[in-house]
Amino acid sequence: MNSYLFKRITVLIPVLIGMTLIVFSIIHAIPGDPAETILGQKATEQSKEALRQQLGLDQPWLQQYFNYMGDLLQGDLGTSIRTKTPIAEEIVPYLAATLELTAASMLFATFVGVNAGIISAWKQNSWFDYMAMIIALIGVSMPIFWLGLMEQLLFALKLHWLPSIGRMDQRDPVESITNLYVIDTMLAGRWDQLWTVIKHLILPSIALGTIPMAIIARMTRSSMLEVMSSDYIRTAKAKGMSQFLVVYKHALKNSLIPVLTVVGLQTGSLLGGAVLTETIFAWPGVGRYIYEAISSRDYPVIQSGILIIAFIFVLINLLVDLLYAAVDPRINYNKG
Amino acid sequence: MRQPILRIEDLHTHFFTDRGEVPAVDGVDLVVHSGEVLGVVGESGCGKSVTSLSVLKLVPSPPGRIVGGRILLKGKDLVPLKEKEMRGIRGNSVSMIFQEPMTSLNPLFTVGQQIVETVRLHRGMSRKAARAHAVDMLQKVGIPRAEDIVDEYPHQLSGGMRQRVMIAMSISLNPELLIADEPTTALDVTIQAQILDLLRRLNEEQGTAVMLITHDLGVVAEMCDRVAVMYAGKVVEEGGVQDIFNHPLHPYTQGLIRSVPRMNEERERLYSIPGHVPVLSKEMQGCRFAPRCPHVMEVCLRSMPELTLQEELHSCRCWLHERPQEDAV
Repeated sequence: MNSYLFKRITVLIPVLIGMTLIVFSIIHAIPGDPAETILGQKATEQSKEALRQQLGLDQPWLQQYFNYMGDLLQGDLGTSIRTKTPIAEEIVPYLAATLELTAASMLFATFVGVNAGIISAWKQNSWFDYMAMIIALIGVSMPIFWLGLMEQLLFALKLHWLPSIGRMDQRDPVESITNLYVIDTMLAGRWDQLWTVIKHLILPSIALGTIPMAIIARMTRSSMLEVMSSDYIRTAKAKGMSQFLVVYKHALKNSLIPVLTVVGLQTGSLLGGAVLTETIFAWPGVGRYIYEAISSRDYPVIQSGILIIAFIFVLINLLVDLLYAAVDPRINYNKG
Repeated sequence: MRQPILRIEDLHTHFFTDRGEVPAVDGVDLVVHSGEVLGVVGESGCGKSVTSLSVLKLVPSPPGRIVGGRILLKGKDLVPLKEKEMRGIRGNSVSMIFQEPMTSLNPLFTVGQQIVETVRLHRGMSRKAARAHAVDMLQKVGIPRAEDIVDEYPHQLSGGMRQRVMIAMSISLNPELLIADEPTTALDVTIQAQILDLLRRLNEEQGTAVMLITHDLGVVAEMCDRVAVMYAGKVVEEGGVQDIFNHPLHPYTQGLIRSVPRMNEERERLYSIPGHVPVLSKEMQGCRFAPRCPHVMEVCLRSMPELTLQEELHSCRCWLHERPQEDAV
């Protein structure tokens, strides 16, 4: 296992270097002068030149890249032009907000999706199966922003059950330690605030989790159907096991692998920040952070933001690969 | 005469497909006595496997369904039993081994986990006791290094080993009846012999009755006490293994025996029964074998003969041997 892990991590190094190269090149290919953006159009050529020197933009391309990599390795993601604060510091609460939302969305999507898929396969061609697959079809085709607005209209505006925007009740905030409010409120022992944090999470999680939920449900169903007709399922039945055990013990584990792939990919893309959902629900996540940076041409933030998202995506994929090996003993850690 | 463990009476299992109702098992009568090995032979598609799956009510449904007849396990009819009651029987008093050892074990659970599961399910043993029992069972079926193998996954074992594991699993609760559906078909010849040996030994030592489904007459000759020959969803001949081999009555059985290659005879071509197993439908009339039969008579095309006792413990379903028709031969 350890050697497998080591090998996988070694393979990551060129991937990560490639990522930095691409991100670096894209940012440099974008037309426009950073010095002018920072100082404004009325700045003198002299002051712009001075700033370029200060930022190292007068150096050759390759030299700039090495400087950039050197900073990266020391954990320096650069400084935001807009706010003048180090990005590494500034991005943390945004990342935490996105992480919390993604976790809640994927929890919802996986729990509902997997169970709906299992029951649909188990009771194939039943009314439940038809209903679930119709809902799944609607789910994948529904525009998220529309779903989010409808949720707010119904559950916040009309029924007053749930808050429509934000992460917690700001009139009585809890001290941020991890920036994950669910954990922060628990650390502070503020169960009342924990409840409001959870209430704030419900609507955006459903909006964001609906598409992954629908994809997971359909994937689980088709994977389950294939597994349920296999010989070892017949063996399990011939041993006298109940249908419930056959489905949830023998079949589920076998149908999990393709589902795991989908869960991993969806988690990765949600962690990249969901601009639409975050905007509708005023959720201060990475998506909005980068969106705002793009609108104000805050190049260092864009560059580092993209890099972090790409890095998280790669990490999630590594995690999924390790999970495959944990689920399926036929995937050999030491070979291949 | 020994007590019958299993008595199948006029069993009908039909498949309801888009192309109509298919009577895969169409009035089968079979008896398995305690401690004996009954061979059920026939070509592919003759209803052997469906008959065996029907006993445990494991016929995939839909499309399959038992539409008539009785399956008496020690006198108790299984057909009307609820799913929950059937679960108490499966793997417990009746267990089953399948044709494909490569795919019949769950790839994601260790061999031990799969045996332990069965034992705990029916006997409620402690985890530790069940594991010890699993190791015992593996040793019993001749698996070397049973203590190590118990923690291995099916993909780490060969086909023969896997079939041994299947057998260990199926005998772990000392069933009264073991249904083996072509247990050696997927294995190579030397392994086949070992597995058959093992089944024979279990039958003799533990007195487990075995219903052996096969298309291989060599296996039948080696293993069985009695044989039932099936054709197109019906039993066409039944009797002691000696009787069947030495003087087969039904033209189909005669054909089957003629098509076995013999070492001591020189023949240019191996004999084969002309034609194919018919596509079954409810509208069929007459003897199912008539289109392929070398002795076909007019009566054969009109109506189906009954399975009648010809001599002691040897019965046959053929107009050639029906008493009133004897003159017509």
